[in-house]
Order: sequence, then C-alpha cells, then structure tokens
Amino acid sequence: MTARQGFIGQSVVRREDARFLTGRGQYTDDITLDRQTYAAFLRSPYAHARLKRVDTEAARRAAGVLGVFTGEHFKDVGGLPCGWLINSIDGSPMKEPRHPILADGKVRYVGDRVALVVAETLEQAKAAAALIDVEYEELPAVVDVAEAAGAPVHDEAPDNQCYLWQIGDTDGTDAAIKSAPHVSTLTLRNNRLIPNAIEPRAANASYNPADDSYTLYVSNQNPHVERLLMCAFVLGIPEHKMRVVAPDVGGGFGSKIFLYGEETALVWASKQLKRPIKWTAERSESFLADAHGRDHLTKVELACDRNGKFLALRVNTTANLGAYLSTFSTAVPTILYATLLAGQYATPKISATVKAVFTNTAPVDAYRGAGRPEATYVVERIVETAAHELGIDPAEIRRRNFIREFPYATPVGLTYDTGDYDATMNQALALADVAGFAQRKAASEARGFKRGLGYAAYIEACGIAPSSVAGALGARAGLFEAGEVRVHPTGKVTIFTGSHSHGQGHETTFAQLVADKLGIAMDDVDIQHGDTGKVLFGMGTYGSRSLAVGGTAILKAVDKVIAKGRKIAAHLMEAADTDVVFEDGVFKVAGTDKAVPFAQVALTAYVPHNFPHDKLEPGLNENAFYDPSNFTFPAGTYICEVEVDPATGVTRIDRFTACDDFGNVINPMIVEGQVHGGLAQGIGQALMEHGIYEPGSGQLLSGSYMDYAMPRADDLPAFAVQTVKGTPCTHNPIGAKGCGEAGAIGSPAAVINAICDALKVKDVPMPATPYNVWRAAR
Amino acid sequence: MGLTITLKVNGEALSREIPPERLLSEFLREDLRLTGTHIGCDTSQCGACTVHVNGRAVKSCTMLAVQASQCEVRTIEGVAAPDGTLHPMQEAFRQCHGLQCGFCTPGMVMSAIELVQQCPQASEAQIRERLDGNFCRCTGYQNIVKAVQQGAEAMGT
Repeated sequence: MTARQGFIGQSVVRREDARFLTGRGQYTDDITLDRQTYAAFLRSPYAHARLKRVDTEAARRAAGVLGVFTGEHFKDVGGLPCGWLINSIDGSPMKEPRHPILADGKVRYVGDRVALVVAETLEQAKAAAALIDVEYEELPAVVDVAEAAGAPVHDEAPDNQCYLWQIGDTDGTDAAIKSAPHVSTLTLRNNRLIPNAIEPRAANASYNPADDSYTLYVSNQNPHVERLLMCAFVLGIPEHKMRVVAPDVGGGFGSKIFLYGEETALVWASKQLKRPIKWTAERSESFLADAHGRDHLTKVELACDRNGKFLALRVNTTANLGAYLSTFSTAVPTILYATLLAGQYATPKISATVKAVFTNTAPVDAYRGAGRPEATYVVERIVETAAHELGIDPAEIRRRNFIREFPYATPVGLTYDTGDYDATMNQALALADVAGFAQRKAASEARGFKRGLGYAAYIEACGIAPSSVAGALGARAGLFEAGEVRVHPTGKVTIFTGSHSHGQGHETTFAQLVADKLGIAMDDVDIQHGDTGKVLFGMGTYGSRSLAVGGTAILKAVDKVIAKGRKIAAHLMEAADTDVVFEDGVFKVAGTDKAVPFAQVALTAYVPHNFPHDKLEPGLNENAFYDPSNFTFPAGTYICEVEVDPATGVTRIDRFTACDDFGNVINPMIVEGQVHGGLAQGIGQALMEHGIYEPGSGQLLSGSYMDYAMPRADDLPAFAVQTVKGTPCTHNPIGAKGCGEAGAIGSPAAVINAICDALKVKDVPMPATPYNVWRAAR
Repeated sequence: MGLTITLKVNGEALSREIPPERLLSEFLREDLRLTGTHIGCDTSQCGACTVHVNGRAVKSCTMLAVQASQCEVRTIEGVAAPDGTLHPMQEAFRQCHGLQCGFCTPGMVMSAIELVQQCPQASEAQIRERLDGNFCRCTGYQNIVKAVQQGAEAMGT
C-alpha cells in the first residue's frame, strides 16, 4: 500500500479519547430507559446440588417486584448453544448437555443462575431475591481437571469427558520419541484465570409491543453474533425483530464474546413484563459467572538429537471446560491450541491428545489468546528445558530449529504464509542487552539475589479464519467480516464495520486506513460499529482479527466506491472509464489536466443531473464481505529478566523485552499499547492471578479483588516493546497480522523460564507467587 | 425516610432528598445522571468511581452521599474547562495513549490529578505506588504512568 496521505504508519492520537476523558462515554449501565426496571439473579451457593424446591411466593409479594422467574419458565426455551462441534478420536460427537438459561433441576457451579427477579428498583430486586426459599440437596462436586472422573456433572457424561480429541501423526511421533537420543519431559499446569474487564457485564433489554420488536443493549464484543445465537438458537425471535447494541464496552478480553444466560433471560422477561429490564453484574458475579480462561493440565515430551535438533513433540492435555459448554469453549483447547504446537520450529513429528472435561466450576472459554497462550507455554517451557538439559544456549537451540522457508505446512494442520523469526530474536537479544546479563547477574548475586533470563519465541494464528476451513473443523458459524462505506453527498464518509471496539481504537485506525485510501481528511471519516440496527452484519472482535479481517472488508468496500466513482468521473470528464485514475483524492484522466475531486463525484452521485443513468444507479454506497484465505501468523521473541529474593520468594521483573512481527502497522502507538496490555495480563498470569476453587466444596476462593491478585501499576515493570520491520501478511491487502493477544501469549513462558533459570530448577508452578517460588528454591 | 443534602457538584450548588443509605457513587450516577463516574467493583478496590471531595481523591463507592453534604464534589465531567479545553492531565492521557477502553479512565484521571497536587515531583516508582488504588486491565499502566509524568509537567507550568 502506498502512504499517500501519510496516515498509515503514523501514531495518530485517538479520536475516541475525548469522550472517554470527559465522562461522555456511554456504557451499557449508563443507559436508563423510560419505565426502567431492574434485575437481580439469585445464584447457587453450592457447586453441585439438586433443586428440591424453589419457593418464590414471598419474593413475588415483596415490595416493587414485577416478576420472579425460574427454570420452570424456561422449560420450553432452547439452551445456550455451543458454537463449535469437536469430534472424539472414535468419531463420536462431543457430549453437549443442555445449558439452561436458568437452572433446570440442578445447579452445577457456585454462581449458577437459579432465579431472576425484576423489580421497580435494584434494591427491591435484590431484597426480593433474598426471599426466595430454595431447598438444595447437595451432590458431590469435582473442580480439578486431574480428578474430574469423580462425580458426574451431567448424566450424559458419566466420566465427565466431553471429548477425547487428537491431532498429528500419533504413531510417527511415538516412534520418534522412542528412538530419540534425548527426551525432555514436563508436566505443566496452565492456571485458571478470571478475565476481569473493568466494566462488569451488563444488559438492558426492552420489548416494544407496537411492532413486536426487541432492543438489547449489552456489553458485548460481537453484537450480530449475539443476536444470531439468541434469536435463532434460543428464543426463536426473528432476527429482524431484534436490535442488539453494544455501545461503549469497557474491555472484553474474550469474556464478552459469549452469549450468556443473563441477557437471554432479560430479553425473554422484557416481553412478559412489557418493561425494559436492566442488569449489571456486581464484581462478585463477574468472578463467579463470567467465562473463565485457561485451566489446562499438560504432559509434554520433546525429543531431540544431541545437537538440539527437535525430532518430535508429544503433548497430552486435559482441559477444564467447567460446568457447561460456553459459546466457543470447545474450540479453545483444540483448534486454537494444538494447531499452534509447532511454534516457530520445524519439528517433523508432532501429536497432541486433548481430553476435555466437565467440572463443577464456571464455564471456561476464550480469554485473551485463547488456546495460543497455553500452546506457547507448553512449547516454550519444554524448549527451554531441553536447552538447559543439553547444555545449549536457549536462544541458540531455538535458532537451530527455526522455520526459515515459507509457506510452511506444520504437522498440526496450519500453513504459515510468512515470517522471519531470526529478525525478532536478534532484535530482542540486542534490545534486552543479553550480552550484559552475566555482569548484572554477578551484581545481583553480590547482593544475595538470584537473577535469571528467560525466553519465549511465540507464534499465534490470528484473523480467524477461512470460513470453509473453520467449518470443516467444526465451527457452526462463518468467520468473515462485513463493512460498508456510505459516501455522503458532500464527500464525507461514514464507515460501518462489523468489528467492535472495546478499547482497540478502531475509530482511529480504521479512519486512518479509509482517509488514506480515499485521499480525504480523517475528520471526514466517521466509524460506526456495535449496533445491528446500523451495521449490515458482523462477526465481531476477538482473535486479533479486526484490522486483518474487518479492515480488509472496509478496504474492499472502498475499492468498490472508487470503481464506481471512476465511472462517474469518466462521464463528467467525457473520458473512457479505463483512462481514469484515482490519486490523492482526485479522479484524473491519465496524461491530461482533466480532474474531478472525490467530493464532486460524491455530489454528482446524489444530484445526478449529469449522470450516466444508462450504466449506473445514483448514489455512492457500497458494502463488502471478506472471508480470509488463511489465518495470519504474528510472531515474536520475548525476553524476561528477573531478580528473585531466595529468602522471600519475591520475584521482581527487572526487564521485559518484546519484539514482535505484526506485519504492516497502521498506528504504532495503538499497537504498542495493545502489547503493553497483553504483557500485563500475561505477567499477571505468570506471577499473580489464579482462579482457585476449593476441592470438595467447589467454592471459588479467589472471588473478589481482595483475593484474586489483579496486577496493579506497582506490580509491573516498564516494558521495552518494539515491532520489527515485519514480514507483511501475504493474503490480505493491508499486510496486517493482528496484535491484540501477542503480549498475553508470549509472556508467561518467558517469565517462568526466567525464574527457573534464576533458581536453576526445572519448573516453578504458575502463578509464581512468592510462596511457590520460595518452595521451588528449597 | 429521606434526608436532604446540599452540596456543590462541579461548581453547581444543589439540594436533593435522598435515602440515607445512598452511596455517593449512586447519587452521582443515578440521581444526577453523571455517568462518567464508573462502578467496577463492590469492594472499593478498582478505583473507577474516584471523584474529588473538597479536593481530595475519594472512591465514591466508599462514601455515603450524606457525608458529602456541604462539600464540594468534582467529577470527571467537571475537569475540563467550560469551553471544553481539556485539563492538562486529560490532555496528557490522550497524547500518551493512557487509555484504551476508557472505563477506568475517569477514576484514573481523578486520582492522577490529586497525585500530582499532593506530590508534584513524584518519580516513576512513586507514581506506580500511588496509583495502586486504580485498576486498569487494558494498558499495562505503562502509558498511564507516562501520562501522569507528562500531566504533572503541564500542571506545573
């Protein structure tokens, strides 16, 4: 792409900031409708119990109460659907138990929805919920992946297995490992995380009897998907009678992709009560009932020759799916995980076996990175372990195995289109001043501290994906994106995108792209998103897909606008279409001084007095859908340097270096900010965060900010972040790969590798809390 | 059952009858519809609801509205100049990309302004320490710290 206007590649300050900085953002809870009512959910205090009796009589009679609803009311309503079918090795489909809107006979995790109370005020709704008399018969609960075979969570899965899935050449991998001169082995836990977007989930549902239609405001990353799932699979509402608006959304990180029971119950009840109903999660509810992330137990074996050349990788993972299948839960530990196990390396044989289990815990689904952080953790921990065992420098063992010829078909189903792993590694080594490490280590040791260096060379698959491939792999939805370019008569432009911004800065990045392409000012471009009543269609934002997929859909629509504009301009200049070129916002006849600006063409399209009516319709408004032909493959090298106090186990990150190849970058400032945020979440996982359920009782022990260790400003170092002059993605016209998740994907392994190096131990469990580190040091 | 409180909010004197248990955060959001003050938790940890009461940064979810009677309260809506010119701290957050989703931002800006008023020469480490009452899940804090440094400089001139 040419950078005519100079917007592309510039750190343009964000346009959306003005409203956020002045308190004018509008988040779901900020919206209060006429005749507003308020909802409270009664949630299960037990991890597993039979509902023997749910007596709502007193609640229904309480002051201000308008309605009390339980599972009985939703018996004839569909359950929440799972969007991805995974088949087991034997060909049988995954177990897919009903995921009721409100608990139906049993509760299966602490926080499971038992009843919905709607009242005139929130206080009245909460007070009435406390009056519901529920008789629970407690049942045995399982919470840990390792012990999931205990009490069945669902009758249809007596051993709690949802599926047993496999990928790769199992026999070939087994044989290669058996005959290998060296095999490194690790057993790793990828700790459960709780997403914790600072805006809690919220919804406000209203029903309009005048035309039998619904409007749902919801804190969500993909309003069209929300509408499709809710209308077509659960409530049976025709889609054209439902408008879903995801206004300003205060962070998502995956947790707001999914269709949840709360908003579904609200929409249903809004018709019963003919009043709008608002619900905003309390933080305790977010902890209990947002979909969690990670929670894998993995055994990994890496076979090498004596020179550190990788021969085979065998991975055996048990993944915790929680009590019910959340929207994309089943794809996370399979399609988004095991397909990334080649990492950046030309390992000839790879196989992975994944057992997914039900437990009496909150549903587990995509959380920033979704499967790819787990894969990177497995690969980069075992690679570093092999390096130490073979006495090879960890950077060098990686270099000896880097993929250097592209396209490269991995043994686990992906084809990397392009990459340059030496470039990110070399830049990271320089930026991290690895050469000076020995001196810094000596200085630390002189003070009684241990210093360690850890690497992670990650790869991720983003911009998900070709719909045909996803469909063949079990996806029950397409994975394209839609965009519309509405040119107004004055030449100003409104862009409608199916991508959704909840912090990513689309209102700026997309405007840079369009202004550059059309040769107009950024102020003349408005970006609209997040409203099914405005935007033609959309698959939303997750998997670092907005620019690569959503941006490309917009560009395709811009191309159509230019193509039509060229014909209008040709008519105005009495030239042949083929002689007209579009440059710097002006249509010109090549080789002449004839020219008409974009705005004049726009005006002509809407005031078509002198217009080629025989060839064209009036107006200038185009839309496009874009379905990518492959994933994109961002990659990079992260280097973490820690100082550990062996007396207390406290780890201090002294330096953290991230060098990424995201392909072409539109706004470096935004990209860097995305990496910072990802790193904070990855380092949070490595050192602090842990969603812990108590064995036996199944109570969530880390269920508040008093217990769940969220990274604060003084827990984190200043990061050194650079993007390399990258290898542009080969199959989208922007050349972009996506940057939203990289930080969270690459950082946990780098941190743990650094701590292991400092302590000279093989493993430290995540999160590497002072206690875990102190124990490992003993 | 109602209590009448009289206070100044963003420079405007007002009087309201409210239930005694009304939190300041609820009063601002629901009674005055000043929805820039956000609620992110129920344990006074996240800081999204931070406002100024008589010039000091306060988590408005930890204070009853009646306790703010006779006080001067400033919220994020009252920080920019009447002509819309951003406060130097707001401007610094914009220039430094100190916000992403914007949800923690109002509380973060209110804390940052008070931080600089209390400690104009704060070092990076002191800024990080003094911001530990405000969570941000998006930025990793790096650009927030940068914004506070830049805002401090601008406020001092």
